Amino acid sequence: MRLVILDDYDLASEWAAKYIRNRIIQFKPRADRYFTLGLPTGSTPLGCYKKLIEYHKSGDLSFKYVKTFNMDEYVGLPRDHPESYHSYMWNNFFKHIDIEPQNTHILDGNASDLQAECDAFEQNITAAGGIELFVGGIGPDGHIAFNEPGSSLVSRTRVKTLAKDTIVANARFFGNDLSKVPTMTLTVGVGTVMDAREVMILITGAHKAFALYKAIEEGVNHMWTVSAFQQHPRTIFICDEDATLELRVKTVKYFKGLMHVHNQLVEPTLSVKDYMD
Amino acid sequence: MKACVSPYRAVPNSNDAGVSGLCPRVVFKCKGGISGEMPSNKSVSDAPITQFVNCRILKDHRLQWEDLWVREGKILNPERLFFDEEGFADYKVDCENKIIAPGFIDVQINGGYGIDFSQASSDIRGGVAVVAKKILEHGVTSFCPTLVTSPPDIYHKVLPELRVQDGGPEGAGVLGIHLEGPFISEEKRGAHPPKFLRTFKAGGVADLMETYGPLDNVAMVTLAPELANSAAAIRELSGRGIAVSLGHSMADLSQAEEAVQNGATFITHLFNAMLPFHHRDPGIVGLLTTDRIPPGRNVYYGMIADGIHTHPAALRIAHRAHPAGLVLVTDAVTAMGLPPGRHSLGQQQIDIQGLHAYVAGTTTLSGSIATMDMCVRHFRVVSGCTIEAALEAASLHPAQMLGVSHRKGTVEYGTDADFIVLDDTLTVRETYIAGQQVWRK
Repeated sequence: MRLVILDDYDLASEWAAKYIRNRIIQFKPRADRYFTLGLPTGSTPLGCYKKLIEYHKSGDLSFKYVKTFNMDEYVGLPRDHPESYHSYMWNNFFKHIDIEPQNTHILDGNASDLQAECDAFEQNITAAGGIELFVGGIGPDGHIAFNEPGSSLVSRTRVKTLAKDTIVANARFFGNDLSKVPTMTLTVGVGTVMDAREVMILITGAHKAFALYKAIEEGVNHMWTVSAFQQHPRTIFICDEDATLELRVKTVKYFKGLMHVHNQLVEPTLSVKDYMD
Repeated sequence: MKACVSPYRAVPNSNDAGVSGLCPRVVFKCKGGISGEMPSNKSVSDAPITQFVNCRILKDHRLQWEDLWVREGKILNPERLFFDEEGFADYKVDCENKIIAPGFIDVQINGGYGIDFSQASSDIRGGVAVVAKKILEHGVTSFCPTLVTSPPDIYHKVLPELRVQDGGPEGAGVLGIHLEGPFISEEKRGAHPPKFLRTFKAGGVADLMETYGPLDNVAMVTLAPELANSAAAIRELSGRGIAVSLGHSMADLSQAEEAVQNGATFITHLFNAMLPFHHRDPGIVGLLTTDRIPPGRNVYYGMIADGIHTHPAALRIAHRAHPAGLVLVTDAVTAMGLPPGRHSLGQQQIDIQGLHAYVAGTTTLSGSIATMDMCVRHFRVVSGCTIEAALEAASLHPAQMLGVSHRKGTVEYGTDADFIVLDDTLTVRETYIAGQQVWRK
C-alpha cells in the first residue's frame, strides 16, 4: 500500500489528477487498447475532476480511448434529477472532456430488472478487460461505493439498501426532506473494486480521519469496508493532512518520508502532445 | 463533441459548415481528434448538431459558462444527447468568450427605413420584409409589426398581408400584428388621428371584426379600458390568445385592475399617453405595484429606453418597482434606420439629428428612431441593472407577455434556436434564427 499525504485538499486533488493523467498516458491507449477507469462521485473527487478537465482543455490529456465505469447510482431517482450520479458525471466531468458516450458506463437505477442491470454491468467490465485503475472515495464510516458497514468484502455489483446514517447525511441534497432521499442504490461490490488492477482511494478532511485510521492501521474488517484494500496488491491512498489526524505519528512520519519516492510517480507530468505522431 | 480535441481542425471557407448562410469566423468540423475518424453518429436524427463553445449563455436568469447545442433549429439538451443517443456535435463554433442571449423581441415597432407599416402601400409585405431584414442587425429575431389607429379599410387591406411567419436569413420572424388603436381615448390619443378613433358598441367579437377583419395574424391589441363595453372585448381577445395591452387611456387604477382581471397583460409605453401617477389614484401606472390582480399573474409594461422618450429617473422608478414586468420596446417609426439629414416620409418632412427625429424645422419629436440593441445598452447603463436583466427585458419578458416563452425568448432546451452573440458592451456581433446565422457584424 502507498499512502500519499499532501498539505491540503487542493494539493491532494492535483496529485491524484496528475497520477491518473500519467497512468492513462503511459498506458498508450488506442482504438484496440482502451484504458478502463473506475470513477466515484461525491464531493471529495470534485477537485480531481477539475484538474483532469484542465489537463484536457490544455491539450495534455485525452479521454478518447478511455472507458469509464461508475461505482454506483440511486434506485428510482430520475436520471436527469440534479442529484443523480448521471447528472453529476455529466456536469462535473463528461461534458467538459472528449470522452465518447458509448465508452461511459453508469448503472441504470431505473432499470426494470435491477439485478439483471447489475449483472450486465459486471459483464461489461469483464468485456472491457477489467478495470485498470479504480478511483474511489470513502464515507466517514469507511464505506467504499455504497458498500455500507457490514457489506461482504467479496460482494459483487448489486442492489443495496442504504444505512440510516447515509440517508440522513444525503438529506441535505434533497431539500432536507428525508422522504425524498432515495433509500436504495445499485453499487459495485467490494469484490468488484478488488478485481481492478490498481485502486486509488481519495480521503480528505478531518471528518474522514477515523475512517482512514480504520482503513490502514487496524485489521481487515467488514464494518469498515475500505479496509479490504489492505489485501489488494496495488492500492494508493491519497489524503490531506486533516485526514491523518487519527493516525499514529509514526505512521504519518514513515509515509511522509517516502514522499520523494511517491512524487516520482507524478513527476514529470506527461503530456499526450509528446505522444502524438 | 466527443472526438474533438483542441486544437480543432478548422474548415476554411467550408461550404458544408453546419451553420449555413454566412460563414462565421471559426467553425470547426469535428473529424477525429488525436487520431482516427469519428464513429458514426447514433443520433435519433441525422440532422447535424452544432455546439457553440467558449461562451457565456443567458440561462436561468444568469450568464453561465456553458456550451449551446443546436439541432434542427432547436436548442438541444446535450446531457440527453450524451446518455440517450450517445451522440456528439458535428460542428463546433468558437464564440471567443462572448455572450449568447436569446434573440430580442420587439412588440412595438411601427416601421423603419422609410417604411410605415400603417400605410397601405402597394407592397405591404415587401415593406415588412425590408424592416425584418434590417432589424437582424439590432439582434431582433422576432417582432410584432405595429399599426397605429387607422380606418377599417386599411385594417382590412393590411392585416391579411401581414402574416405570422418564422424568421430566417430573409429577416426576423413575425409573431403577429400589434394593433395600437383605434379603441383608445380621444384625450390620450397622442399622434393617433382622431377621426379614426372608435368606441365599442357591444364590445364583443362583432365590434372587433367590423373594425379589424379576421384576427388570425394579430398578437396584441392596445386599447383604453375605460371605454364602455371594453370588458367584453378584453375577454374576447384574451380568450383567443391575443394579448391585450392598456394604453392611450384615461383609466384610473380600478379600471385598469378590472381590465387585468379580464385578461389584459400589458401596458403600452408606460407613463406615455396615460394619466400621470397620482398618489390617491395612481392610474394605470399603479398596476406595477397593485395587489388586486389574480395570483400568479404578472403585468408587463413597455418602455422606450432610448434616453429621449423616457426620462432615466422614470425608467428607474418603473424598473425598481416591478423589474419582472419590464419589456423594452423601440416604438420605432418610419425614420428609424435612416441616415442623418432631411427626409420626406409620406406627407411629412423629418430632420434626423443623432438619436432625435424632428418634424422638419421644429423641435417637435416625430417618434422614436431607437434600435433595440441601443435600448438594451441604454437601459442597462441608466438603471444600473445586471446584464442579465437588461437582456431579459428584451427577450424573456416580451415572450412571457405574449405567452410564447415555451419557444421564444429563452435558450431553454427544446425552444427555437433564435439567439444573438454579444460582446461585453452588449454590442450585437451575430444573430441566429433557428440555429442559422442570419447576420454578423
